[in-house]
Amino acid sequence: MNVAGGIVFQVLQSVLVLLLAPLMLGWVNQCRAWLQNRSGAGIWQPYRVLHKLFHKDAVLAHNASPLFRATPYILFGCMWLAVGIVPVLATSLPFAPAADVIALVGLFALARVFVSLAGMDVGTSFGTLGARREMMIGFLAEPAMLMTLFTASLISHSTSLATIVETLGQREFVIYPSMAFAAIAFLMVLLAENARIPIDNPSTHLELTMIHEAMVLEYSARHLALIEWAASLKLTAYITIGIAIFVPWGIAQAGDWAALPVALAALLLKLLAAGAGLALLETLSAKMRIFRAPEFLGTAFLLATLGMLTHFLLER
Amino acid sequence: MTNFQPVEAAVTLSVIWIGLGAIGLACMRAPKLITGVVFPAGALVSLALAATGLWAIGASPSSAILPAGLPDLPFHVRVDALSGFFLLLLGGVSFGISLFACGYFRDTRATTLAPLSLQYHVFLASMALVLIADDAYLFMVTWESMALSSYFLVTTEHHDERNRRAGFIYLLIAHLGAISILLCFGVLHGGHGDYTFAALRAADLHGFWATVAFLLAFFGFGAKAGMLPLHVWLPEAHPAAPSPVSALMSGVMIKTAIYGMVRVIFDLIGNIRWEWGLTVLLFGAATSLFGVLFALMQHDLKRLLAYHSVENIGIILIGIGLAMVFIGSGHPVAGALGLIAGLYHTLNHAVFKGLLFLGAGAILKSTGLRNLNEMGGLIRYLPHTALYFLIGALAISALPPLNGFVSEWLTFQASLQAPQLASSVVRSLVPIVAAVLALSGALTGMCFVKVYGIAFLGQRRHEYSVQPDEASGWERAGMLWLAIACFALGLAPVFVIGELNTVCLALTGAGLSDEAMASGWLWLAPTSGAQASYSPVVFLLVIAAVFGLTFVLVRHFYHGRLRRADPWDCGFPAQTSRMQDSADAFGQPIRQIFAPAFLIKREIPRADDLQPVFTQSVEDRHWYSMYLPIARFTEFLSGHFGRLQQGRISVYLLFSFMTLIALLVFAQ
Repeated sequence: MNVAGGIVFQVLQSVLVLLLAPLMLGWVNQCRAWLQNRSGAGIWQPYRVLHKLFHKDAVLAHNASPLFRATPYILFGCMWLAVGIVPVLATSLPFAPAADVIALVGLFALARVFVSLAGMDVGTSFGTLGARREMMIGFLAEPAMLMTLFTASLISHSTSLATIVETLGQREFVIYPSMAFAAIAFLMVLLAENARIPIDNPSTHLELTMIHEAMVLEYSARHLALIEWAASLKLTAYITIGIAIFVPWGIAQAGDWAALPVALAALLLKLLAAGAGLALLETLSAKMRIFRAPEFLGTAFLLATLGMLTHFLLER
Repeated sequence: MTNFQPVEAAVTLSVIWIGLGAIGLACMRAPKLITGVVFPAGALVSLALAATGLWAIGASPSSAILPAGLPDLPFHVRVDALSGFFLLLLGGVSFGISLFACGYFRDTRATTLAPLSLQYHVFLASMALVLIADDAYLFMVTWESMALSSYFLVTTEHHDERNRRAGFIYLLIAHLGAISILLCFGVLHGGHGDYTFAALRAADLHGFWATVAFLLAFFGFGAKAGMLPLHVWLPEAHPAAPSPVSALMSGVMIKTAIYGMVRVIFDLIGNIRWEWGLTVLLFGAATSLFGVLFALMQHDLKRLLAYHSVENIGIILIGIGLAMVFIGSGHPVAGALGLIAGLYHTLNHAVFKGLLFLGAGAILKSTGLRNLNEMGGLIRYLPHTALYFLIGALAISALPPLNGFVSEWLTFQASLQAPQLASSVVRSLVPIVAAVLALSGALTGMCFVKVYGIAFLGQRRHEYSVQPDEASGWERAGMLWLAIACFALGLAPVFVIGELNTVCLALTGAGLSDEAMASGWLWLAPTSGAQASYSPVVFLLVIAAVFGLTFVLVRHFYHGRLRRADPWDCGFPAQTSRMQDSADAFGQPIRQIFAPAFLIKREIPRADDLQPVFTQSVEDRHWYSMYLPIARFTEFLSGHFGRLQQGRISVYLLFSFMTLIALLVFAQ
């Protein structure tokens, strides 16, 4: 692998995902609109929203602390780092060794803690409510997520995402029962962590059902824009982690220009399919009560554990 | 001096500490001298001790015989790499704490301060001597003097009945532990040879007696460390002590128990069996989960931090347990990874828990409050303390790129070596323990969002009786030192692991693979780069760069205009500070989800109550299911034995006569 090619691929991937992440959100929303027989706002709507928000004057509560102002930038930095590490376009990127899957989960936790703290900063009732619920979802989802990733890492004997992708992508197509369990668990965690139905509703502003929206209620203008952009980056990061682990075929090696068009086409196809699937899932299910969330994520944890045990029993 | 050895330096520094304590006691009339000279000098000794420890890790073991002790029973001392590492921990952390103490105790009355300074420095010196003791005799003497001096420190404010009770429970469990350790040395001694560690090491125990020695050591040291179910003293004693002492006890003292456990199990007993490792592992997992669940139920800041010490001891035990499982089943390289993870977490916990207790002390001193429910908005009054506390909170929540994450990451990596194991039960149990670790890590994150959000952020819940003042220069220096250590240990893990690898090699004869050590300073890769790697520096740099870049670009393409207004809160008009979550409300999801773990007593007012009051308390089941029955049984027994006590000399003579007869009959 030549270093220059690696760096070019790294920059290419980071910028591409950064620019495409709002599009992903727009695509999911548009699909949902179609499924619900609405015409929808079009797939470019998130960009318009971001543009509008960046133009506005920021309004800050009187007692907001510096932490409140710093959080959107920290959050954005965390999420951008995450999409730089996940092998989206190519493996063996120069940034990839900076974090394995466990460190990636830690990175998401860092972002979550900062947003929750910001939610409590102004000291409003909804902010603390959102922070409390977000941390609850977080501690339920994190073990399930780690168990899923452990299962995936057992097959390739590595927690490095790049190695996992290379091992699974270059093998013959074999259905691992453990990976089937892990995939379902991962999907459940993805829904919970990205504030999607059935755990949270991204388009609700009904006070009592909000989780993520309640925390960021006090944000406006550029701060809110960065948070929304970071949320779309997070969704993309999770979907690409899922793609990398469960359907890695078609990914390029960093610096391998010939494989790039194929990798790009495969990525776009997979993202479109994932977005449509997410929209379908959200249309078919309803938001559940907050105290059903432990059951939901407990199931995810059990499935991931079952996957791991299956690996030990069947696949050795 | 050419022949000056680390062991001599360590002994000298301990003696200087005791001397400083005596000087402090003599300065009863000049309290300014105590905080202005004695404590800063003690801090310098700490620094020198840390340097000695670092030196000792690299040097070959050095030993000496002290002229003190009983006739024919001199004190043996020895400093090897393991002792060196713990001396480094003791010195490095107590430096920050002593600096803090210089400012913290400035307003303490002289009559309290002078004995406190004696106990404080004797406490430090006895911890140092525990770490360098090389015979069971000196070890027990210094272990006891450590327990006693800290008992007096816990009961500094002895007019409060609760503090006396806390001190009593502490002393009781400390002694139960000490008896267990003493018996363990007895078993190891086996009736031959002497009580030097060299002799105990040479006595090759096998089978049943080795397991007995292991269990005695595990529970003896576990009692001091705060392991489940012997943890009950910890949340009582740590809050009762003055804050720098709490920091010292939570940060350093319970680590001497970890030192003792590693010393006795890995070094003195040897021949580790994987079943022992499994015991340690399961106790560790239970301790860590229990600790964090109870921490989430607390609203007293120092009590909450004490429960987190229980949790972190659990995490350390998970690392050590993994090491024992791997070493016991013949995988010394994976075992080295587990041991390094455990020791790394020991150091990390000392640093960030010290920092957090100092932060709690700074809050207590400036507001007089320990109850989270009465705080709020402190970031506006104590900005420096708020920053340091935030660093400590992020570190303990195991968030990258700070230090807590590195050791938890290493523990995860160690547990992922499980497929090497032969037994399929253990193989699938180990990752489940890792999942428990993940759960307690995430719960810790929640707990510190609660602490920080409620104490420092939001609106103040009460009018503070006095305007809270920022901590003084000394206090800030102490916290700054530990905050820097959180960053240093988090950002340069490769160097720390290099040192720990030396310790591990000296102790178990195996270290990490060469491939792991050759990965360069930027990338931390415990087994090999292809398996797993992590680079905290890249983390920090990228996040900082994106932060700066976004900040500049947003202002370049758009603008940076800002307007202040009232909080919006969905347009709700009548906001009051009481509408924020209290500490107990924040823990409500935990109370609901993990209800069986707690003993919840709740009184809900009836519909027709004129003055409705809602009360709820969450208690530890162990009190009711374990400690109180034992206490009642003890009282019952002693009540019956009391009948022997007649108070008449003829009856006592009769007892002696009967004993003699019995001995004559049975001793034939």
